[in-house]
Amino acid sequence: MSKPIIATTSLAGCFGCHMSVLDIDERILELIELVEFNKSPIDDIKKFTKKCDIGLIEGGCCNSENVHVLKEFREHCRILVSVGECAIMGGLPAMRNGIPIRECLEEAYLNGPTVVANENEIIPNDPELPMLLDRVYPCHEIVKIDYFLPGCPPRADLIWEALVALVTGNEMKLPYEVFKYD
Amino acid sequence: MNQFVRFTIDGTECMATRGQYLVDAARENGIFIPTLCNFPGVKPKGSCRICSVKVNGKLMTACTTPVAEGMNIENESKEITELRKSIIELLFVEGNHFCPACEKSGNCELQALAYRFGIMVPRFPFQFPHRSVDASHPRIIKDHNRCILCKRCIRVITDESGRSIFAYRKRGIGVEVVVDPKLGKQLTEELAQKAMDVCPVGSILVKEKGFNIPIGERRYDKVPIGSDIENLQITKI
Repeated sequence: MSKPIIATTSLAGCFGCHMSVLDIDERILELIELVEFNKSPIDDIKKFTKKCDIGLIEGGCCNSENVHVLKEFREHCRILVSVGECAIMGGLPAMRNGIPIRECLEEAYLNGPTVVANENEIIPNDPELPMLLDRVYPCHEIVKIDYFLPGCPPRADLIWEALVALVTGNEMKLPYEVFKYD
Repeated sequence: MNQFVRFTIDGTECMATRGQYLVDAARENGIFIPTLCNFPGVKPKGSCRICSVKVNGKLMTACTTPVAEGMNIENESKEITELRKSIIELLFVEGNHFCPACEKSGNCELQALAYRFGIMVPRFPFQFPHRSVDASHPRIIKDHNRCILCKRCIRVITDESGRSIFAYRKRGIGVEVVVDPKLGKQLTEELAQKAMDVCPVGSILVKEKGFNIPIGERRYDKVPIGSDIENLQITKI
């Protein structure tokens, strides 16, 4: 039997959840025995080359590119997992949800205390750039998500247990200490 | 009249003093009934409904119902657990609860209850309401994003003549808890700390202080809320 295939991505996240995947330490050798990676920053494969079994999503959707990537993951992965608070509820990027988009952009590019050398007062608007969404959306409000792993980041043990449970089809062990929202 | 009453919780024989509230009676029998708006020492409100139990088949709040002889109480049935979970989930989506950025994370009762019930994600859509942070008081920050309107601070924090230092402002969906502008000066350093401790979430924060307990040593890092009650050594009579 061929190994299950995993894809991962970071949308509006900080890559902390990916770091937490690496935090499984030497078990990463076991992981490589258990699964094969496809599109993921971990092996730097940029495009899906085949159908995957599990997609790990870090981060919520703050722009059109995030939505595009997320939908692509839904198409190519049998099981999608929201990993971390940002994917589950928007997380820190969603703190802008109460602020109108124009105000956010003006603060970032025109009025903010760290703005320098923007003499022409330009807010970047190139068609090449992804459009910002009106607010940050949790992944499950865009596509169907099958499982959720909370934490900021989710503890490495939680990610490990979840992956092993998914791959082996056994029930997940969930000790109290690994299940946290922060 | 006999001072003690006998009753059952999920089939377990229990005994308590007549007139005790169900939450307290259960605690004395080593059974945890989750609460949020309830606080020891002040009159119960029964507003958050987390402590709902079925008494002889009827839903009641355990913090306001006195125990009586022969009650059959349902506390951990599937129906009650689902009900409590949905209340917690609704509280999470109704406000802006960004746990990773909250000073109270790890010591927060709402979060601890969510851990206890194993809530991975609320099943309701997040509302992201527009709420403000009021930092006008010299001693505390009142973050309306996190407030669950349990009224604990209003009921517990009072001045010497018993007047509440915190108060409700506005009505309906816009209601918020604020420091009474006339009594604000009486919020001493000690009272401000007490207010922060009384708050079940991170809505009241003492200024110029925060994150002083390291991760791993906070109240609910290692043990679930209520485990102190469940681990009580009960001598059965």
